[in-house]
Amino acid sequence: MFESTLDLLLNISLFIISIATLGLVYRVIKGPSVPDRVMALDSIGINLIAITAITSIMLRTDAFLEVILLIGVIAFVGTVAFSKFLQKGEIIEYDRDN
Amino acid sequence: MTETINTFIGVVVLLGSLLSLVTTIGLIRLPDVYTRSHAASKSATLGVLLILVAALLYFWFADNYFSARLVLGIVFVFITAPVAGHLISRAAYYTDVPLWEKTVQDDLKTRERPKTKKEVENRQKAHSEA
Repeated sequence: MFESTLDLLLNISLFIISIATLGLVYRVIKGPSVPDRVMALDSIGINLIAITAITSIMLRTDAFLEVILLIGVIAFVGTVAFSKFLQKGEIIEYDRDN
Repeated sequence: MTETINTFIGVVVLLGSLLSLVTTIGLIRLPDVYTRSHAASKSATLGVLLILVAALLYFWFADNYFSARLVLGIVFVFITAPVAGHLISRAAYYTDVPLWEKTVQDDLKTRERPKTKKEVENRQKAHSEA
């Protein structure tokens, strides 16, 4: 079924990461507080980076490496925006009145 | 030789995915948001770093192509994932998410904390007066 040991190991790893991402979806749905959900969403973004890297090894192509960078940047900016919004109620501060 | 290197790369990828599984187990099993941030920031970062290093090694040995974009991604994830974990647990503490009931010590408790809602009200008052 698999051509080499590398393919077998990559498929096992992809399966394990899929299970891990499903568990994180459980935490996103159930999580008692909003920071729990944001933290689980951040971990889902990190798992997406790992899935993209494994897929680009499996397909033997380097076309997905920009996707890794983009998902990383977008996940980080999303987490920072969510945490600033939770803490202060606004994301970009205008401190012109003091 | 190539088969040995490929198997080594596969084992590194498997280690990284097992660390991602550890992240999920921590996020599901641990009791409150602060201990969960401990699991989410450390092991998720290490797991994705192992997988990205394995991809870098694979393209280096198989295609003889050292990907600078992948190095950039590794450095970026290594810098930003702990920063994101720190920011989200800080936001959790300032929005009064309760600690676990068996917590024995809270070092930030005695200090004067900025009350976020009061700050927002003061700011709105200043806006309406102006």
